[in-house]
Amino acid sequence: MGDFFPAGIFGDVSTGSWFGFDRIMMVRLIVVVLLLLLLWLGTRKATLIPGRGQNIVEMGLDFVRVQIAEQILGKERAKPYIAMLTTIFFAVLAMNLAGVIPFLNIAGTSRVGLPLVLALWVLVTYLAAGVKKHGVGKYLMTQLFPPGVPWPAYVLITPIEALQVFILRPATLTVRLLANMMAGHLMLALTFAATHFLLLEGGGLVKLAAPLTFAGGIFVTLFEVFVAVLQAYIFALLASIYLNFALEEEH
Amino acid sequence: MNFAQEATPNPLLPAGYDLIWSVIVTVIIAVFFYRYLLPKLNVILDERTRKIEGGLQFAEMAQAEAAEAKSEKDRELAVARKEAAGIREEAVSDGGQIVADARTRAQTEAARITENAQRQIDAERQAAVVSLRADVGGLAAELASRIVGESLTDDARQSRVIDRFLDELEASVSTPATAGPSSEAEV
Repeated sequence: MGDFFPAGIFGDVSTGSWFGFDRIMMVRLIVVVLLLLLLWLGTRKATLIPGRGQNIVEMGLDFVRVQIAEQILGKERAKPYIAMLTTIFFAVLAMNLAGVIPFLNIAGTSRVGLPLVLALWVLVTYLAAGVKKHGVGKYLMTQLFPPGVPWPAYVLITPIEALQVFILRPATLTVRLLANMMAGHLMLALTFAATHFLLLEGGGLVKLAAPLTFAGGIFVTLFEVFVAVLQAYIFALLASIYLNFALEEEH
Repeated sequence: MNFAQEATPNPLLPAGYDLIWSVIVTVIIAVFFYRYLLPKLNVILDERTRKIEGGLQFAEMAQAEAAEAKSEKDRELAVARKEAAGIREEAVSDGGQIVADARTRAQTEAARITENAQRQIDAERQAAVVSLRADVGGLAAELASRIVGESLTDDARQSRVIDRFLDELEASVSTPATAGPSSEAEV
């Protein structure tokens, strides 16, 4: 667990501190620089006929726009939110992939701050979208008192829906991403630490188990790449689904 | 793993600086996407869409033009074909006309020749009839005068006269130049 709370590089890194800088923060900044650099290089000389780099960048942006935003929200309604969803997708993806990049070796999203900030952004956006579309009263009505339910059921449903809309959705977004990244890092650390320990300190036949754990480490690394992409996809997908709930005419 | 830390903080409780750095990172990425990447690529995407649309339109136009040219050509071909058919028909009818003309001309010519021949034959016959009539008339008159000249009561004489006439006639036929005067002289 200590990997997730490394010693501060400067400033105070205790929980209550507002000013501090540790390894994960550094990883985040490096990832930001790498991400922006790659995207900039890919689109620096953007032309009508895309080159190789531009093609890859466009493919990524297209994936978010078509597969996530327009699939869920529809072409017209998706338009104002494409930028947000694209930002979230690429931010999460890049931060996740940091977990398997040598020397970074920890995901920027494996500290609760970043997933939480992104989830709050989604929360604020879908609340604003709902209020803008329906007005405060009507939005809360449709969200908290879904029509077509016999009125005594509201005693149960309304608190559940309120919890759902205001707390559970961002909370699940946050925890899903955070837990996935933490678990991934733990698995990687476990397999490679085990390989290291078995090979160097294991006596006799125990050394033979080292290749097994090493192969496991390789497998987990590849798996982490998959999980990184998957979690980015899920985060953006759920964001657009929540937006869709907010924008829906009637439940 | 660092086991030296006295207590691991709850991973679900965000530290203040964690939040601040998260916000900074998010804002940087968001600004990059909102202000640079998406507008830039959107411009390009829009332009590409326009280009493609323009290309499609151009292709459509070219196709329409080609179709028009083809129909024009077809039309011209049909006109030419009709013209050729007209010329052929005209030629055929002209040929028929020529043949018919030639035939009528030949027919009239033939008719003319036939008529001429007929007329000539008629004229010759007329001439023959005229000359024959003159001869026969002369002969008949001579015979009658001779019969009247002799006595008609005697049968023997009569037959003698006739025989003589016939003989003379015979002789005049063999020598027509001398027959006339000699017979006349005998009267």
